[in-house]
Amino acid sequence: MQKRTFPILAIALLVSSAASTKAGRFTATSAANGTVEGVINFTGTPPKMRPIDMAKEPTCAKQHATPVMTEAVTTDEGNTLKDVVVYVSAGDQGGTATEAVTYDQKGCQYIPHVAVLEANQPMDIYNHDQTSHNIHPMSKANPEWNKSQPPGSPPIHVTYAKPEFIPVKCNVHPWMHGYFAVLGTSHHAVSGNDGRFSLKGLPPGKYTLTAWQEKFGTQTQEVTVTSGGTAKANFTFKATPY
Amino acid sequence: MGKLFAIIVTIITIVSTAIFMSHHWMPPDFSQLGVGIDHQLAETMVTSGILFVAAQLVLATFVWRFADNNDQRKIKIFPGGATPMVVGAIILVGAEILALTLVGSKIWASIYVAPADPHSLKIDVQAEQFAYYFRYAGPDGKFGALHPELIDPSTGNFMGLDPANDTAARDDIVTATLAVPVNTPVVLELHAKDVSHAFYVPELRIQQDFVPGLVIPLHFTATRLTKSEIVCTQLCGLGHYNMRAYLEVLSADDFKKWLNDQSGQ
Repeated sequence: MQKRTFPILAIALLVSSAASTKAGRFTATSAANGTVEGVINFTGTPPKMRPIDMAKEPTCAKQHATPVMTEAVTTDEGNTLKDVVVYVSAGDQGGTATEAVTYDQKGCQYIPHVAVLEANQPMDIYNHDQTSHNIHPMSKANPEWNKSQPPGSPPIHVTYAKPEFIPVKCNVHPWMHGYFAVLGTSHHAVSGNDGRFSLKGLPPGKYTLTAWQEKFGTQTQEVTVTSGGTAKANFTFKATPY
Repeated sequence: MGKLFAIIVTIITIVSTAIFMSHHWMPPDFSQLGVGIDHQLAETMVTSGILFVAAQLVLATFVWRFADNNDQRKIKIFPGGATPMVVGAIILVGAEILALTLVGSKIWASIYVAPADPHSLKIDVQAEQFAYYFRYAGPDGKFGALHPELIDPSTGNFMGLDPANDTAARDDIVTATLAVPVNTPVVLELHAKDVSHAFYVPELRIQQDFVPGLVIPLHFTATRLTKSEIVCTQLCGLGHYNMRAYLEVLSADDFKKWLNDQSGQ
């Protein structure tokens, strides 16, 4: 009986030590069920969002009943900011996702405006328009490329190995603009229309959170996550009109 | 055989001329200078058309008359050989082209040499791969300076204005459609962001290249309320086929309202 128990215990120990390696400095026994929630605010006057005139591309223009606005700074009532990437910048062990992220070109817009993917996570880029696009992510740490994608083309498959915020433009439609946020963590969120975000499934421990906004830069703060608990982390960016 | 050839040449000449003359090739113009340009074009077409028909018919006549001539007579040659004939032809054709140039230079100069009306509405035009952007000075009547390093399409700053430091730039209105008031002289200042492009509105009868590094003025007065396409006619890259914008000619009131709507955005 004792002889049998020993190998089982040994396996259990091995598994738990593997889990603890993955979860960093946190105890292996605790469940990854902590949450960080918050809202992204700004103070000051943000730049005006401007309507985009797509008249030169009728197939895109007719898809929008009201003009699409620029998305560099998308605000909402209560001075909240959309499309802010919040992620664990320290205290975490890197991304593991293998499911492909979808990035769409539709109505001559990038959807979503900011796509988050983990390092080496695959991404499929689609053209759902009846016009050619030429997607050009202007990466610096990763190899740069730009590819033409006529209507009806199969998706372009890409991965990025190094964490980086990559501005994306279309070489055909000057107004098209987006971002790839390549992160070295599996805990990340993008603030929604109401400026809220939620990071789920965090093992208890201390983390450094970073919030990134394409015009206003980054902010960081420390949070402590308890098992099953919800930590609050709000960020406030200083906005300037120009 | 020679007679058959003469008949075919005559038929081709008459049919092609008839087809050409039965169709009006130019879109209706709405430019103040359009009438003059169309007149000049017609003059050129009629002159060269008459010469074309005459030359073909002379050719047919000679073939009819002499092609089947097998009477072994010595072939007569042009007095003095080929040289005086070639020289004569060059002088004749050259004189024709020179005459057309002299006659046509007045209307050409009225577009490309004559300065714009000093009270013209000034519009700054930027061509880039693969779109046009138009800038109006706004209520202060002044254009802000351009700073290419500040160009940022993500915020709609396509031209590189510096509203933070440059008060003249704050009320500048940048649009993707060119609207102009009817019967008002307009002067465009064309500049390119990247490579060579062109501004062509067939109905205005004007066509002008954008050349990177140069600011090229181009003036016109639109005379009819209409909407037409501005197309790029200088191969500028992958999306050239799709590079266009729209020109809208509005009444003075509608233009004011349109401009106001654009600035309110």
